[in-house]
Amino acid sequence: MDLGQFSLSRRNFLGLSAATAGALALSACGSSGPGQASSGGATYWFLSGEPQQDIRQGAVDAFNKKNSDHQIKTTTFQNDAYKTKIKTALGAGQGPTIIWGWGGGGLKSWVDSGQVEDLTSWFGSNGDVKDRLFPSSFGPATIDGKIYAMPAETVQPIVLFYNKKLFDQVGAQPPQSWGDIMALVPKFNAAGIAPFSLAGQSRWTNMMWLEFAFDRVGGSEVFQAVFDGEANAWSNPAAIQGLTMVQDLVKANGFINGFESIVADQNADQALLYTGKAAMMLHGSWTYASMKTDGGDFVTGGNLGWMNFPAVEGGTGDPSDTVGNPGQYLSINAKASAEQKDLAKKFFSEGVLQDAEVKQWIDTGGVPIVNGSDEKLKSSDDAEFLTFVYDTASKAKVFAQSWDQALSPTAAETLLDNIAKLFQVSITPQQFADNMNQVIGK
Amino acid sequence: MTALAPPVVSPAQTKRSAPVAGGHGRVWWMVLPALVMFIAFGMIPLLGVLGLSFTTWDTLGVIKPSGFDSWHEVLTDPGLPHALWVTFEIMALSWLFQTPVSILIGVFLAGNQRYREFLAVLYFIPLLLSAAAIAITYKALLDPNFGLGAGLGLGILQQNWLGESGLALATVVFVVSWQFIPFHSLIYQGAVRQIPVSMYEAAQLDGAGRMRQFFSITLPQIKYTVILSSTLMVVGSLTFFDLIFVLTEGGPSDATRSLALDMYKVGFQANLMGPACAIACILVVIGLVLALLLRRLGGRGDESQLEGA
Repeated sequence: MDLGQFSLSRRNFLGLSAATAGALALSACGSSGPGQASSGGATYWFLSGEPQQDIRQGAVDAFNKKNSDHQIKTTTFQNDAYKTKIKTALGAGQGPTIIWGWGGGGLKSWVDSGQVEDLTSWFGSNGDVKDRLFPSSFGPATIDGKIYAMPAETVQPIVLFYNKKLFDQVGAQPPQSWGDIMALVPKFNAAGIAPFSLAGQSRWTNMMWLEFAFDRVGGSEVFQAVFDGEANAWSNPAAIQGLTMVQDLVKANGFINGFESIVADQNADQALLYTGKAAMMLHGSWTYASMKTDGGDFVTGGNLGWMNFPAVEGGTGDPSDTVGNPGQYLSINAKASAEQKDLAKKFFSEGVLQDAEVKQWIDTGGVPIVNGSDEKLKSSDDAEFLTFVYDTASKAKVFAQSWDQALSPTAAETLLDNIAKLFQVSITPQQFADNMNQVIGK
Repeated sequence: MTALAPPVVSPAQTKRSAPVAGGHGRVWWMVLPALVMFIAFGMIPLLGVLGLSFTTWDTLGVIKPSGFDSWHEVLTDPGLPHALWVTFEIMALSWLFQTPVSILIGVFLAGNQRYREFLAVLYFIPLLLSAAAIAITYKALLDPNFGLGAGLGLGILQQNWLGESGLALATVVFVVSWQFIPFHSLIYQGAVRQIPVSMYEAAQLDGAGRMRQFFSITLPQIKYTVILSSTLMVVGSLTFFDLIFVLTEGGPSDATRSLALDMYKVGFQANLMGPACAIACILVVIGLVLALLLRRLGGRGDESQLEGA
């Protein structure tokens, strides 16, 4: 069209103003995200999902009640959505004041880009806050000798669960060694029962097997070398042996048919255990609570058995070692205002893991990371399991953090990808090691 | 035959006699809303992605220019040809499956019988569901331990649908097709209804059977619709994401990891925005090339759609 003959008629004018309004609306998209609250209050993002969500919210509500002038506003997210959301929000300067996290490699990536507050001196001058909590829970909160997060909530080791009814049915005993595990596989398969339940599509579920295999064969040093960035650490003979063992278990049909497409988020793997389709399951201690809720009388009827992962014949690892989540972690946004930071610190010392919250965690089958909580566990309905978790966590020579959380997000994604391929038997242990060696230290 | 058809209006005639829209011309500003939207949500992000592909960024820290590092990384990664192959497999298989089925359903629904109209409503339902809902439902139905096969005790349905590489790809193609066949059927239904009835009457007089009518009249007449629907399928399948992501997350291992999934995983799970943007650029280029190729297939734009009428 010929722009030269442009003349401002009424319709043209209306069109132009509509376009201008559109442009204004577009530019508004960029500003004022949901993150930072107006001055005087702080924001706190955490994971949704019951029963944890209610307990987290309850702690905030109780704190807000006591501090009517300064409020903490909460927003909840689903697990996977949160991982993406928090990264984007922090990168855009729109993050919350208090950031819920897993510590380790993810925390390190926040620290490296200067997104979170150094809490070392605050813990130094607030010794009572620090001394209340399990010392081991501070490991994943510490980056290069400095503390960047407040440990919170519960300790969650990975446990080998089993269905006692099915063991009675085939006349077998819980495994005491890797040899026992391999011997149980044909026994259960012959009875038409899958030996192990596994939510393979979630990938980190498969990873728990490797974590224990590595530790029991060669000790915690094997993965520590990877974590420390030593060249070719994945080619350690103990690592290769661990990888081979787990792949042998896959080849021997140790895992339930179709495990490759099962997702842990929907708890289908737990359902396989309590509906008697699978005899054993290696999973986080947090699954106890959901099996109790969903499994009818499976847990209350005493059909659920549990134990620490057994030793491997000839392995040098300490059988008391465990892996899992030594805690959950709360960090403070470095970009928050001084007032918000103070409020967050006040919440850390007066709002996190107070008696009411501790009791709620215990009631839902969790072990809070507060020293001396073992006394309170004994009066719980689930005393037997909770005491086991407490002992496993406190007596472990090494309580290693889950690999995907210890490593950087980039290395973790490569790891999970290769684990999926290893379990699909589309790569060999040697190829796995070669692929992983390339991302060491990344 | 020609005597029965309405006189064909030539493009030249239209230009001369038809009144210009709006009475006194100068309607260029009508394009503005679309243009603003396209520039704001199409061009600017695209340029941003192109720019980011020459940087290193973990979404958190500073964006560091790094030249061709990301491109080098992406182009030497054996995962790229694999993802490309998976993408083309999904594209080809879903086209091969969807096109004949959609044409047949579309032709069938073009009839004016009452029961066909009722069936048309039923066929339309998958289009109303969100991709995520469809994926979750199929995932539950196909579960080898708790799904349809296990529930009904039917061994043949009790396959490891999403757990074996070849089977998982086929399942993905099936579910994607299940979702989109109604849409393409709808397009074909409209196209078939526009074919002049006189053509079929003439063919009948000449003694052509149903099959002959379908291949000699219906198919040639809906040629442009086939091209339109194929373009939508082919370009659309490049960006299939939601359904595959919920169904398999690219698994088992990476059997269904198409280019779009690869891009998401590299960018948002491995935090490598540079390489992810490079993959995105490759996707854009492939999409444009394919769309252009399909337009070419359609022949010159000026030939009559009513040939032989």
